[in-house]
Amino acid sequence: MTYRGMTVEEIKINGDKGTPISAYVARPSGPGPFPGVVLVHHLPAWSEWYCEQTRKFAHHGYIAICANLYERNGQGNPDDVGAKVRAEGGVPDAQVIGDTEAAVKWMRAQPGLNGKVGLFGSCSGGRHAFLYACNKKDVDACVELWGGRVVMGKEELNAKTPVSPIELTKDLSCPLLGIFGNEDRAPSPEQVNQHEAELKKHGKAHEFYRYDGAGHGIFYYHRPLYRVEQALDGWNKVFAFLGKHLAK
Amino acid sequence: MCTSIVEIVAAEGMAKREDEWFPLTHAVVAYDHARHAVLADVITLDFINQELPPGARAGVELTLETAKALHAALAKAIAEAEVEEAERAEGIAQARRAAKVVKLAAA
Repeated sequence: MTYRGMTVEEIKINGDKGTPISAYVARPSGPGPFPGVVLVHHLPAWSEWYCEQTRKFAHHGYIAICANLYERNGQGNPDDVGAKVRAEGGVPDAQVIGDTEAAVKWMRAQPGLNGKVGLFGSCSGGRHAFLYACNKKDVDACVELWGGRVVMGKEELNAKTPVSPIELTKDLSCPLLGIFGNEDRAPSPEQVNQHEAELKKHGKAHEFYRYDGAGHGIFYYHRPLYRVEQALDGWNKVFAFLGKHLAK
Repeated sequence: MCTSIVEIVAAEGMAKREDEWFPLTHAVVAYDHARHAVLADVITLDFINQELPPGARAGVELTLETAKALHAALAKAIAEAEVEEAERAEGIAQARRAAKVVKLAAA
């Protein structure tokens, strides 16, 4: 079922350590009950693409929220904000978890929610979505799209990213959907192998789809990375997975 | 960022955005997904001031081949600049020595 009618707004939520951050919210018309999706954006920041995907979820009958994880790094063109974040060595994982927790709490307080909440993130957002689902127990499903640096070497760890997410696999608290391109280098097919092996080792429910003829950013229709066939199939996988795990 | 190929250095100088120049604090070199170039992965160079809002940024996205050519050009220009700097330093030292000789002669 699709919902062409929706309301969209920008709100403030209290993020990590109570810091107010902006969030983009889309809500399908009607009383619901609707499942919820919390979108975790990528390094290109709180971008137009993420706002579009927030609305896409509403179109498909989900209350959706995407918090601005880079609010503290300044306002401006998302490209410039993303560049500033990169120049500052990224944002701390703990802060992203705190901000995402605030978005999940906001979602769980919404009238019309069916009680189920999923996560959706791509690139660094895919990594952060997985990381969140390993650290918290308040989401019911997690969609990780081509998350880079889920597998991190010791030399990559620092104060902002102190733990390689794969090390937390044993704590994953919900089913995981992973979508990857076999021509990607971040994550590489070998890293996706490790990621999946760790999930199997700990008996974690997961579905991994790995596409030939595709690399990173399969869904980014505005980039040369876009792969139409894989993207269409991948979106079908996303909605089937969320439909299964977020239904009441 | 999905790749971990990022190098950040302190920078002293100025960069231009539109018709405004701003002082730099950092230069960032990365190899990551292009945001604007119609390419997959690119070398990005960002010249920024971390004390200013995010718009204080001069950024480019380059193919690897362009980045290599730029790297070679930079290395050549820097090598030549160092020769000039050395010659200038030597010239100043010579002038100082000559001035000292004149001063001694006058004494």
